[in-house]
Amino acid sequence: MGDQTPFQLLPENASAFSHASDALTLFVLGVCGLFTVLIFVLIVWFSLRYRRKSENEIPERIEGSILLEIVWMVIPFGLLLVMFVWGSKLFLDMKRPPTRALQIDVIGKQWMWKIQHPGGQREIDALHVPTGVPIKLIMTSQDVIHDFFVPAFRIKQDVLPGSFVTEWFIATKPGNYHLFCSEYCGTSHSRMVGTVTVMTPEDYQSWLAGVVPDERPARAGERLFNSYGCIQCHGKIAPTMAGLYNSKVPLSDGTTVVADEEYLRESILAPAAKIVAGYAPVMPSYSGRLSDEQVFQLIAYIKELASATTQPADHPDAQLPVYQLPDLPPANRLPTRGQP
Amino acid sequence: MTSVVYRPAPPKPSYLAAGHRVTSWLLTHDHKRIAVLYMISITGFFIIGGIAATLMRLSLLTPDGSLTTADFYNRLFTMHGVVMVWFFLIPSIPTTLGNFLIPLMIGARDLAFPRLNLLSWYLFVIGGIFTISALVAGGVDTGWTFYTPYSSSFSNTHVVLTVVGIFIAGFSSILTGLNFIVTLHSMRAPGMYWRRLPLFCWSHYATSIILVLATPVLAMTLMMVAVERIFRVGIFDPALGGDPLLFQHLFWFYSHPAVYIMILPGMAVVSEVIACFARKRVFGYGFVAGASIAIALVGFLVWGHHMFVAGMSMYGGFIFSFLSFVVAVPSAVKVFNWTATLYKGSISLTTPMLYALGFIGLFVVGGLTGLFLATLALDVHLTDTYFVIAHFHYIMVGGAVMAYMAGLHFWWPKITGRMYPEWAGRIAALIIFAGFNLTFFPQFLLGYLGMPRRYHSYAPEFQVLNVMSTAGASILAVGYVMPLIYLLWSLKWGAIAGDNPWKAMGMEWTVSSPPPKENFATTPIVNEEAYAYDTMTPQGGGGRSIMPVAIKPNRGGA
Repeated sequence: MGDQTPFQLLPENASAFSHASDALTLFVLGVCGLFTVLIFVLIVWFSLRYRRKSENEIPERIEGSILLEIVWMVIPFGLLLVMFVWGSKLFLDMKRPPTRALQIDVIGKQWMWKIQHPGGQREIDALHVPTGVPIKLIMTSQDVIHDFFVPAFRIKQDVLPGSFVTEWFIATKPGNYHLFCSEYCGTSHSRMVGTVTVMTPEDYQSWLAGVVPDERPARAGERLFNSYGCIQCHGKIAPTMAGLYNSKVPLSDGTTVVADEEYLRESILAPAAKIVAGYAPVMPSYSGRLSDEQVFQLIAYIKELASATTQPADHPDAQLPVYQLPDLPPANRLPTRGQP
Repeated sequence: MTSVVYRPAPPKPSYLAAGHRVTSWLLTHDHKRIAVLYMISITGFFIIGGIAATLMRLSLLTPDGSLTTADFYNRLFTMHGVVMVWFFLIPSIPTTLGNFLIPLMIGARDLAFPRLNLLSWYLFVIGGIFTISALVAGGVDTGWTFYTPYSSSFSNTHVVLTVVGIFIAGFSSILTGLNFIVTLHSMRAPGMYWRRLPLFCWSHYATSIILVLATPVLAMTLMMVAVERIFRVGIFDPALGGDPLLFQHLFWFYSHPAVYIMILPGMAVVSEVIACFARKRVFGYGFVAGASIAIALVGFLVWGHHMFVAGMSMYGGFIFSFLSFVVAVPSAVKVFNWTATLYKGSISLTTPMLYALGFIGLFVVGGLTGLFLATLALDVHLTDTYFVIAHFHYIMVGGAVMAYMAGLHFWWPKITGRMYPEWAGRIAALIIFAGFNLTFFPQFLLGYLGMPRRYHSYAPEFQVLNVMSTAGASILAVGYVMPLIYLLWSLKWGAIAGDNPWKAMGMEWTVSSPPPKENFATTPIVNEEAYAYDTMTPQGGGGRSIMPVAIKPNRGGA
């Protein structure tokens, strides 16, 4: 992106996923190319070699062959299994963000992307990120389904109204890249585009410093927590928020659930859906009383409460405020899940 | 047994001569006439859908889409999708060639329920009128997929009118499928065992299973969209307490099998054409027939591969990905068997054969590019881009439409009694093949590059590939107009075809061209497998001289 040439053949490569994804593409392309050429050559060769020489020609009968049928079922299926396993493994990586990631809030609406950084900096149709740091986008939509697609990163995720979804990546190459909405969302769908700017960590820090931040989401969330009276119950007759984020919560039906963003969102908007074991279902729903953005702010506050309190020693988020840049391994490989 | 003599029935008037009044067509119960009614209707819909496609391609010539407004462009691609999917592709081969040929191929007088057959044409036309009136009234801008909550709560266009049209046409699909299933079970001539059934009928049987089982789900889903839209009952819109993903699950539970509704009849045609023009029994007949049924059944279990990035459970993704790879195997089996059929055949590259071979080539590309989309991690990058557009057009246009053209040319002499001009046919086939590839191959590259689908304006670096695609589309348009002209021309001036111009096996070639209203003078008895080309007599000058081995008159009736 950036240069205005009317032609380009291959997309930019700017994330750890883009290299992994392209390697897999090459494998699938190789297998498919081989079979395409095989079939094309056979069809053309047979059509020429066995073309009808006289009107009354009757070719000899050839019986089918079970062996041949088995061969051309088993060999392709073996190759398909390789594609399946390889593709699923990489997909698993794409679906599981490392716990220590820079978390950025994204709201899609007809027809713009509203983005807020943990330090309070806001952007519209633009996203600035540093290289080498796992970035986790927590996304929701205010109206219809949108989709956050960055071709240079080879990632895409539908952004749904009424629930939170996440998407993550590690950018590797500074530059400006396309951000496309890739789920049809109405009249100006094709104008719901933006730019992802990847910067070195130093440039990113100076960019952050140059933007006048709004109130930090966590701080705004704290105000909401107090003004809506959440503090009256939570910690007393309702579960405490301290250390809640990313912990395992036992539910009244005997199951447990990890307190991720989607759980927290649901517990605010539809508290009766999952009742914590040992507590009465007394909380009213805040659906319709809080905007998506206010829910984001409350969750940011709850996350900050989690990192401010003592956590299990093996918890990677211990003592790490989410808006600070973590010290991470070089970006040219995917971090191993669960390790800091 | 040796005393059985084949006596040609005295010539009867053809089905075309059985009445000339308009009502003799509009109230006909003859499956052949109903097939012709369908053929005329779907040609009209193909032209409407084609005009929409042409305007879209013209608009895409420039990155800012200056020819159309965004609103108009959105209505164009919705119209193109709705009309082409429900009013051309799904009915195309089953209701025209299937309707015409299934009774002839199995030695039956008509379909099992002739009145129901006529009713399904009327339902199809009424559904079409609803949908077209929605388009005339201002159009719909939801895309043919009607994703919620956009379609149910946000779009200001004629959603309800359109879905009612599709709902009504859906009943036409269900009745046609039902009619085929009952016909194939109960009306096969003596000796026409399942293992002797032409592959055309096997594939239509598989198609009918899908039509009957999947279409009701679509009807219910679209009605729920209408109910949510009109009465604001929360089903799909989260603001009303609904679940947007529920719509996608229900929609694709129909719409993925619907892809097989479009392609299985294409495979049906290709099996017949290749056997005839290679003069050989289709290699691995049992496997090709079984593959049709396998595709129909496994095809019901792969709908989730449209939703890998939709917010569905990751584990659901693994299962749907695996099953999508499984369904690739029977498709591959078909391609390998068709190719093997050519081996040591006697191959004649007539127009239908060119289309059939083109079908195999394009279906291979379309099918194999589907593997990229079945691979979870690659689908993340490719879904909702032009890669998907290219992929399914290779299946639907490269596959289904090429097969329809193959079948139309192959059975044109049977349907009309006239030959089309062969050289014009071959040239058109080559133009369509070239135009098709120039139109859609660049779209694979555009998709990999990251151009999302349903974009009225696009980034400047996508322009050259888009211009190539539009250039290809104009070649394709010429290729499609040519058959329209020369086929109509041939109705009056084409050479008289004779009963069996291709020296093909198959019972439809034993009756006159065009066939008499009653199809067969007496119930035929089948004593031979399908595609017994090795039993053809060398001097075979016409159908009757090569067919007496295959069919003998019913002793009781003779």
